[in-house]
Amino acid sequence: MPSEIVSPPENPKEIENERARQYWRANLRLVGMCLVVWFLASYGCGILFFDALNQYQLFGFKLGFWFAQQGSIYIFLLLILFYVLRINALDRRFGVHEHDGKDAGPDAGNES
Amino acid sequence: MELKTLTYLVVGLSFVLYIVIAIASKAKSTGDFYVAGKGVHPIANGMATGADWMSAASFISMAGLIAFQGYGGSVYLMGWTGGYVLLALLLAPYLRKYGRYTVPEFIGDRYYSNTARAVAVICLIFISFTYVAGQMRGVGIVFSRFLEVPVHIGLVIGMAIVFVYAVLGGMKGITYTQVAQYCVLIFAYTIPAIFIAMQVTGNPVPQLGLGSKLVGENIYLLEKLDAVVTELGFREYTQGNKSTIDMFMITLALMVGTAGLPHVIVRFFTVPKVSDARKSAGYALFFIAILYTTAPAVGAMARLNLLDTIQPGAVGSVDGNMAYADRPQWFKTWEDTGLLVFDDHNGDSRIQYYNDTNMDFVAKAEAFGWQGNELTVDPDIMVLANPEIAALPNWVIALVAAGGIAAALSTAAGLLLVISSSISHDLLKGILMPGITEKDELRAGRMAAAVAILIAGYLGFNPPGFVAQVVAFAFGLAAASLFPAILMGIFSTRINKAGAIAGMLTGLIFTFSYIVVFKGVFFAPMRENIAANWLFGISPEGIGVIGMLLNFAVAYVVSYLGKAPPEHVQQLVQDIRVPWTVERSGS
Repeated sequence: MPSEIVSPPENPKEIENERARQYWRANLRLVGMCLVVWFLASYGCGILFFDALNQYQLFGFKLGFWFAQQGSIYIFLLLILFYVLRINALDRRFGVHEHDGKDAGPDAGNES
Repeated sequence: MELKTLTYLVVGLSFVLYIVIAIASKAKSTGDFYVAGKGVHPIANGMATGADWMSAASFISMAGLIAFQGYGGSVYLMGWTGGYVLLALLLAPYLRKYGRYTVPEFIGDRYYSNTARAVAVICLIFISFTYVAGQMRGVGIVFSRFLEVPVHIGLVIGMAIVFVYAVLGGMKGITYTQVAQYCVLIFAYTIPAIFIAMQVTGNPVPQLGLGSKLVGENIYLLEKLDAVVTELGFREYTQGNKSTIDMFMITLALMVGTAGLPHVIVRFFTVPKVSDARKSAGYALFFIAILYTTAPAVGAMARLNLLDTIQPGAVGSVDGNMAYADRPQWFKTWEDTGLLVFDDHNGDSRIQYYNDTNMDFVAKAEAFGWQGNELTVDPDIMVLANPEIAALPNWVIALVAAGGIAAALSTAAGLLLVISSSISHDLLKGILMPGITEKDELRAGRMAAAVAILIAGYLGFNPPGFVAQVVAFAFGLAAASLFPAILMGIFSTRINKAGAIAGMLTGLIFTFSYIVVFKGVFFAPMRENIAANWLFGISPEGIGVIGMLLNFAVAYVVSYLGKAPPEHVQQLVQDIRVPWTVERSGS
């Protein structure tokens, strides 16, 4: 994959493709970040670090146990919320968001 | 009002509701039938996904499994929710952008191959029928216990209801009945949980009650539970009964399997926009989490209630155990169903319930004059018996019956729909008879749904002995076959036809064989299902992960040895990655 375009190409189709590529890279970074949190919340806190976390107490819960049976689910939920907000912002930034009705056309170009 | 009358009333009313909704949302086109005309609001779709996903297993069995496995039961909690993160981030929006009707259709188009599509159809049908058989068993249990009708009459009623709304309404009918069923089931699950949390801990929020102190005692619920179970020779409630690697693998197999289940994926085809598909996955997890965060509280409190009932006095004292003659009414009614069995080994007419596989404790028990565990409790009864154990009012019990039926029927309907659409749309229209008209395709879809219901009913009447064992199949196969194929189809432009087919078949055959060897589905297991025999210490429940890794590896190697996919397929991949493109705006 070409990592950088030195001079902006003239062809509108090329501009479009380049924008789609940048959008996809930004999306992959975001997804990757979210999956790290997803992994740490469940496999990390709920399973791998279970014994270590259990030395701490959260009200009547041992902490590792709380992550395994409650906390991980709350974190999953927040994670999807975070992703939806961030990806919607990315959609707009790259002008690839869906348009309802008449106001077609990207309203924000490539800001970078 | 008497319990039975009340139950008939509540369950009957819920059925009327489902049928009215079905008639109001009759499918008029194949678009309506397969994907509800892509007009479902993300919140409605979230609720429908919740009901579609939460089956008899979630509603009836899960809290019971947690009650008996303690920390080990966490695999279900994390595994069956974490999959929605994968759906929202990796699959749902892109498949919605693709914009067609079925999962095999995507696989067929992306890998430009009817063979790939046919392999996907086979995986889908196997996964879905396995799952449906479990739902039918759930319907049978609820009917026989609460409505006191023979199981087969209950099944016929259940089949008739599903028939009306799945065959008439297709996806459109199913969607709106599932919204209603979600409301019924979540209400039915949380109300008794609130009552019980209140009774046990004084905190009406079950999620918080789980971490609270017991009423009238200065000890936390979970501490008390740890103490009580260890006294009877069981493992500490907050410690596992599974090895770390097995916990890890089962959780991963359940998560990835969830994300690869066709009846769940197809729900995200029904929303109007790509951004709605992402949002909808969030709503779905929210609605699911209400039940899934309540379940561990229900499980822990039910376990404590059960032990308090059976062992009211000190362990080992002569009158520490409940006398069989004094058993409460709920004990008797569940004995009638055969799901609760007492066997007086030492002939003292008292019930001894303890862990007789723990050799250290067995020695102690013999000193008490105990000669083996005398009580067998099917985990499935914990949720259903809970309101009775806690002596809740009759309307709560009736509600639980309606909720269990709603959970089973909504999932069954979703499964039957993906089965019928894979037959009418993928096999018939896609592969065998491409010239078929839309009207005939719709008729074929309805017929396939009807036949699928009959087969599901048959499985309910004659539950194959292996229903319980093959649950691992549905998730393992979804994780090892469909999930990798879809994921690579979106995130790689390089995976080609040969790679995808080889990968799917490798994952499918490996996972299938491993489970058959240890679980013996069609014949006796070939090897004993114990940790020492397992590959890397991974149980059959978790083996889908290895199947998935094999699928990825084989697909990559085969694809890179061959040619890249044709230009139009690479363009398709580029296209589904972006929610909206300028070229499209003109059309």
